[in-house]
Amino acid sequence: MGSPAATVAASGSPTPRSRRSWLWTTAALGTAAVVAGPILAVGWSLTAPAWDIWAHLWRTQLLQLLLNTGQLLVGVGLGVLVLGTGLAWLVVTYEFPGRRLFEWALILPLALPAYVIGFVFLGLLDFTGPLQTGLRAVFGPGLRLPDLRSGWGVTLMMTLVFYPYVYTLARTALLEQAPETLESARCLGRTRVGAFVNVTLPLARPSLVAGMTLACMEALADFGTVATFGYRTLTEAIYRVWHGMFDRLAATQLAAVLLGVAFLLILVERASRGRARFTQSRRHGHPSSAILLRGFRAAAATGVCAAVLLVAFGLPVGQLLVWVIGTLRRDGLPEGFGGLLLNSLWLAAVSAVCAGALAVLLGYALRLEPSRLVVPAVRFAAMGYALPGAVIAVGVLLPLAWLDHVLARGLERALGIDAGMLLTGSALGLLFAYLVRFLAVSFYTVEASLTRIPRNFDEAARSLGAGAGRSLREVHLPLMRRGLLGAGALVFVDVMKEMPATLLLRPFGLNTLAIAVWQRTAESLWQEAAVPALAIVVAGLVPVALILRTGVPLADSATREAPTPARR
Amino acid sequence: MSARVGWLIAAGLLSQVALAAAAATEATELLIYSSRHYPQEPAFDAFAKKTGIALKTFNATDAELFERLRAEGERTPADVLITVDAGNLWNAARAGLLAAVDSRDLAANIPAHLRDPQNRWFGMTVRARTIVYNTKKVKPDELSTYAALGDPRWKGRLCLRTSTHVYNQSLLAAMIKRYGEPTTEEIVRGWVATQPILINGDTKILEAVAAGQCDVALANTYYLARLVAKDPSFPVRPFWPDQEGAGVHVNISGAGVTAHARHRAEAIRFLEFLSSPDAQALFAEASFEFPANPHVAPHPLLAKWGTFKMDDLNIAAAGEFQAAATRLADRVGYK
Repeated sequence: MGSPAATVAASGSPTPRSRRSWLWTTAALGTAAVVAGPILAVGWSLTAPAWDIWAHLWRTQLLQLLLNTGQLLVGVGLGVLVLGTGLAWLVVTYEFPGRRLFEWALILPLALPAYVIGFVFLGLLDFTGPLQTGLRAVFGPGLRLPDLRSGWGVTLMMTLVFYPYVYTLARTALLEQAPETLESARCLGRTRVGAFVNVTLPLARPSLVAGMTLACMEALADFGTVATFGYRTLTEAIYRVWHGMFDRLAATQLAAVLLGVAFLLILVERASRGRARFTQSRRHGHPSSAILLRGFRAAAATGVCAAVLLVAFGLPVGQLLVWVIGTLRRDGLPEGFGGLLLNSLWLAAVSAVCAGALAVLLGYALRLEPSRLVVPAVRFAAMGYALPGAVIAVGVLLPLAWLDHVLARGLERALGIDAGMLLTGSALGLLFAYLVRFLAVSFYTVEASLTRIPRNFDEAARSLGAGAGRSLREVHLPLMRRGLLGAGALVFVDVMKEMPATLLLRPFGLNTLAIAVWQRTAESLWQEAAVPALAIVVAGLVPVALILRTGVPLADSATREAPTPARR
Repeated sequence: MSARVGWLIAAGLLSQVALAAAAATEATELLIYSSRHYPQEPAFDAFAKKTGIALKTFNATDAELFERLRAEGERTPADVLITVDAGNLWNAARAGLLAAVDSRDLAANIPAHLRDPQNRWFGMTVRARTIVYNTKKVKPDELSTYAALGDPRWKGRLCLRTSTHVYNQSLLAAMIKRYGEPTTEEIVRGWVATQPILINGDTKILEAVAAGQCDVALANTYYLARLVAKDPSFPVRPFWPDQEGAGVHVNISGAGVTAHARHRAEAIRFLEFLSSPDAQALFAEASFEFPANPHVAPHPLLAKWGTFKMDDLNIAAAGEFQAAATRLADRVGYK
């Protein structure tokens, strides 16, 4: 079913049960059920199908929608896999000019919201943009270049924004691979490339596939980019039916189809793991030196990294800077900017902590007892990442509003006060929606980190008298520190960028930087939108730097060895 | 350490709930749910200054405001709903979210075709979705009606916004009410046959026309006015189609009092103020929209484009036939 079960089968002896592992399982099941609630509601909407809308969609565009969505997924999946893994391999294995800089800089595109990249690139590369206008000045006004507003344009945009997911996870996985494994492979006769393909890649597979799954789910859920590019995907259809045909129920049912696609994605991910074991006997061996590149090869490596960085980060940020300088000179900072920044930061920080804690709870409970109930419940709860933020927001709004009415009626009867809407009128509803939406990010990262901890650590802890809770606190968490920091940082960045759910669920007065961006882009005020957009990017750089530090080898607290000399 | 962090977060979350409970609006405040997204609204500020009633505005998209209002039901803190399209007001009224307002001032200030027949919402500003053309490449006598844009001479020269956006859905909806679905379908098929370039933004469309990517397009007047105000040599101007027929399609940005408003009297006062000549002039000046009040003159820049015959179909049709319009667009392949 998943790697924990497979690992159990392969190791021969069941995971040692602590007396209270059922407590963990129940807690995990409970929280997974609550988080999965809005997602379940989406699936449940299929029980009353809006036949006329479905018939209409079938007649007009359903097939094309599915094909477009599929094309996008395949394109983005392959793109981020190749780009992310390739860059990680380059940066970990070889030494070339600028490698130190690129190692951390290549994660930077993660701080850019996809909807910002979309309109920036269109602004730069469109017919009316500076590039084509310049080319027309040289080659004549009749020059017509291929339109960026197409499936390939969207796929390219998304690959550039989402490859850091695979890059981060791949880099951490590669860094944590014991060098002896690779050296043994070389000793046994594999070429460098052969060793990479046959040993390194399979060992890194859980991380690679996790990163790819995250990127594909983001691609599924995205509305901003596909709307800007006019590309008809399932998510675009959800909005079309909801806003255009005033039919939220039918839109929810389309979202259920989206869930089905996400489910297929997850099945593919599970299947790709197979029954392999992914732990290694020792996590840190003596470091082996990176291979120094010279001449043409060095130039090529530097060139590739520089090109990706320039296109994915340099160009958009450069354009934003130009706009920001212009806007600041003209209007100064937007009103209440400090408050916007603060709101974005604290919402992101709280969500990161909660998502991290939840991921640890779910991941550890799965490790203790991969029960048939908990595994699918957790996988299901993590599917929120594939749903557009607006859909999740509505899925959260409806039950919480109902709860609010119940609470308010009770308070009125009991205390005679008019409390109004307590949950949906506060940030709690919004934070819950963030959890539902971003659990996958923290969960997959934490789980990838957990699977790297060998089973015999658990057994050793038990034999020394530590129960499940104590071994989590004293054994697993310290070993998972990198994964946890990485997970928290990823959620932080994602919440800073999040817009649709925030728009619907935020209490009055709680505006974020992303809302400020929306208010301006909705009125086509691109230049003015650059100030909050750049603020999101800059604020996102701090957690991005954090993600990087989690890849640097720290002292190995499990074996209490003296810190090995750093590989870098 | 982690326990302390946990308690801190729990305390913070609880304080949010307390804040929410304490945030109920006082008597001298109005909460507006609005999908207008201008950074400044001089008309709102003028009302606050004149009456001392503070205005709080909550922005989101129309569909989201609708869902929120509906979920909040009778406990909604919102007093007024403002949207940027008649269809959305029609939808809110249909769901029982807006209250009927019997006001002599509003009836006098806002023409009948720009407000709800049952007085649940009122248009405050008007925007025309009209033909725009590149003045260097097209002469006005080549243009006549919306339907004529489907003429083969415009093949490859027409830019349109995607049909997912509400502006075009309202245009098609109004056409369906006027001419019926079969005729509208024919018109839109004509447009699609010219292989229009689809661009997702009116400002971008206007820039495309100016740059030569296309020669004619459909756009809202205020976007064009904004660009011309910034650069008077911008080579795009509007053309008023269908002057012998139904007239130019218009839409409204309008307001209504919510069904469970806590400050109903103040909300009605607000709407009446917005429809008064003072506020209407402020709207006209700030956002280049046409005032809904026919006694108020539009911005001089718009006035320079001349008067035109407006389609006097009751704008509720934009909502009534919006779903049908979206389906029609799907059927004929107008993406």
